[in-house]
Amino acid sequence: MAAGVAAWLPFARAAAIGWMPVANCPMPLAPADKNKRQDELIVLNVSGRRFQTWRTTLERYPDTLLGSTEKEFFFNEDTKEYFFDRDPEVFRCVLNFYRTGKLHYPRYECISAYDDELAFYGILPEIIGDCCYEEYKDRKRENAERLMDDNDSENNQESMPSLSFRQTMWRAFENPHTSTLALVFYYVTGFFIAVSVITNVVETVPCGTVPGSKELPCGERYSVAFFCLDTACVMIFTVEYLLRLFAAPSRYRFIRSVMSIIDVVAIMPYYIGLVMTNNEDVSGAFVTLRVFRVFRIFKFSRHSQGLRILGYTLKSCASELGFLLFSLTMAIIIFATVMFYAEKGSSASKFTSIPASFWYTIVTMTTLGYGDMVPKTIAGKIFGSICSLSGVLVIALPVPVIVSNFSRIYHQNQRADKRRAQKKARLARIRVAKTGSSNAYLHSKRNGLLNEALELMGTPEEEHMGKTTSLIESQHHHLLHCLEKTTGLSYLVDDPLLSVRTSTIKNHEFIDEQMFEQNCMESSMQNYPSTRSPSLSSHPGLTTTCCSRRSKKTTHLPNSNLPATRLRSMQELSTIHIQGSEQPSLTTSRSSLNLKADDGLRPNCKTSQITTAIISIPTPPALTPEGESRPPPASPGPNTNIPSIASNVVKVSAL
Amino acid sequence: MNEKMADVMVKVFIQIKPRRQTQDSVEDELEMATVRHRPEALELLEAQSKFTKKELQILYRGFKNECPSGVVNEETFKEIYSQFFPQGDSTTYAHFLFNAFDTDHNGAVSFEDFIKGLSILLRGTVQEKLNWAFNLYDINKDGYITKEEMLDIMKAIYDMMGKCTYPVLKEDAPRQHVETFFQKMDKNKDGVVTIDEFIESCQKDENIMRSMQLFENVI
Repeated sequence: MAAGVAAWLPFARAAAIGWMPVANCPMPLAPADKNKRQDELIVLNVSGRRFQTWRTTLERYPDTLLGSTEKEFFFNEDTKEYFFDRDPEVFRCVLNFYRTGKLHYPRYECISAYDDELAFYGILPEIIGDCCYEEYKDRKRENAERLMDDNDSENNQESMPSLSFRQTMWRAFENPHTSTLALVFYYVTGFFIAVSVITNVVETVPCGTVPGSKELPCGERYSVAFFCLDTACVMIFTVEYLLRLFAAPSRYRFIRSVMSIIDVVAIMPYYIGLVMTNNEDVSGAFVTLRVFRVFRIFKFSRHSQGLRILGYTLKSCASELGFLLFSLTMAIIIFATVMFYAEKGSSASKFTSIPASFWYTIVTMTTLGYGDMVPKTIAGKIFGSICSLSGVLVIALPVPVIVSNFSRIYHQNQRADKRRAQKKARLARIRVAKTGSSNAYLHSKRNGLLNEALELMGTPEEEHMGKTTSLIESQHHHLLHCLEKTTGLSYLVDDPLLSVRTSTIKNHEFIDEQMFEQNCMESSMQNYPSTRSPSLSSHPGLTTTCCSRRSKKTTHLPNSNLPATRLRSMQELSTIHIQGSEQPSLTTSRSSLNLKADDGLRPNCKTSQITTAIISIPTPPALTPEGESRPPPASPGPNTNIPSIASNVVKVSAL
Repeated sequence: MNEKMADVMVKVFIQIKPRRQTQDSVEDELEMATVRHRPEALELLEAQSKFTKKELQILYRGFKNECPSGVVNEETFKEIYSQFFPQGDSTTYAHFLFNAFDTDHNGAVSFEDFIKGLSILLRGTVQEKLNWAFNLYDINKDGYITKEEMLDIMKAIYDMMGKCTYPVLKEDAPRQHVETFFQKMDKNKDGVVTIDEFIESCQKDENIMRSMQLFENVI
């Protein structure tokens, strides 16, 4: 029931009184109208723009957001209005839908934004009114094509490592840019197609005379050479065809496809010729077969996108072409008949029959005008001129349709190519943004712990070092942190920009405390910001780091705005993995996060690992050993005091 | 003012009814498009009918939404009514209903007509309602309900049900129903029902009396 008509329901019910005297049995009770509210104006505040409407207007469509009690979720008690943090422009259309029962689609609006809004308000797009429906569907189709394109190229680009040989071959055939070999193959076949076509052409050129006989075409004069060339080309084509047949995912479908038919037709004449060389009877047919060799030129369509588009256009304009043909045929028959009877009287007329006049009509209608058949009578001339005038019209009508189809398809292809090119840039941007955010997370982890460390160490003035993160960011980071804790893994940043420069500590070395200290101090003295950056990539006990080398990576501390004073040599928390002595490799990794390496972690290398965290404190070197050797403070937070398993354990603790 | 409006509308409607594609049709369409009807002032309507101002406002908003020009012609009326009965064919009954509402018989129901009718149906006395019903049944408005008129009305009501009913509609069900009705209503068995017979018989029937009160609180 349409919305506006709902307003007439009281009338229809009242009119039902007309049935009452006629009825034989008692009527059912009317439904009680609970909650009978007086109609009131409600205010809808959409991003600051206030719309007002009657409550009953909205209740016309009870299964949408505004018509149901769902809107109560958006009710603002303080201002007694419903607040929606959405686009007011689109809301205008939505509200008009409630008022008039017709949903319109504004042309200036982006289709996906509009769809999102409709989905938010719980309105199905199918009820868009007829006036705007076509536009909406067109835009939606374009958008879907775009999405499909994106998906396709994504799928193409994802390297599927487990492609079988056959699949790799097929991909190489279909898309020559995938590998060098494919490209080579592509050009080689293209070259041979060209060679084959040129030989076909040159074969027929008269090549000078052999003394004592008439002029021969080149093909007969150098028949051996041409035969060899032909054989070579056909060999290549045959090999190519067989390879494609082998690699095709669905051989049956491949055999039926147009390109493969062209291939077959291109090479068949040669084989047929081989088979029936000396049979005089069929040599005539054999000559005809050679004509089919010209089909080899169609093989170029694999190499040229424009040609493919042309073919596709012709296919899609089949109806227009059919109409063209039909109307031409009609016109030809009409005019040929007329011309025949008009010229019947004249002597020595070339218009001997109606089919003979067809030639004249065609030549005239297409404005060729060879002049081999010319009307001589006056009537003939009159009709002849009418014929040529109408020819122009009949041909000119369907042609623009075909042209516009071609143009549309061509531009669509151009757009697809453009999008693919832009996609690379887009993906790069997206990647940078992603790594940026994960860097931010790791960075804030460091900062957070640093802050805590500083507080612990009683350095109140350094409390808010580093970038202040927004509440959302910090909550997000906390979430990631919790995930890390849960799984015992940690995030790895693989970006070369953030490679970590550890000090001179190499892996596969045992380290003792002192040396480590010294190393730390040294490097910290050297260049402040870039040292001691945590190996953002590691987290003790991690899958990635536990057996990997992490030496000598450089990183630039984003944190370079540290106040330079005592914090200069401040190091972030670092962790050192020390494995049990039976393990030859020692991974030294610094992580921004101190760990309770014990329970939470499930190191993937099944070695006993001890993770410790070291806080280096901004103290003069002399103090360092003290700092380091200080027993782990009993502080809140993830304290680690890990009993050393081996003697070469570096203790610590951290926060 | 009402008379002038009525005149205009009559002219328009009478011209348009036979749809001739002549030169006049262009002007006719123009006139039709410009025929607009504004109802009487709210206070006046309030005095004439038994509705409150608020109720009138609500009714008018609904009315105007569906018919922006301010009048309902029979086509629109039939369309609106058929929205409520999607399964059957309610055009015949809507036609009768339209005639019942269109008290001045000018081919269009204005808001005043609408309110007048509704006022009787929803807020009127039982007498008035029965009067209205009689008016509905009496197709040619001659003061008597004949069997043929009743049969037409009955068929129209049954048509609204549509074909898919249970039990299946029998051919002579309307006729049977008419017979029953006349047996009940036609006291002097003269083959027609007058207004007094009608009202008297209805007042004796409890079911009818009760059902007349059914739609009191529609607005």
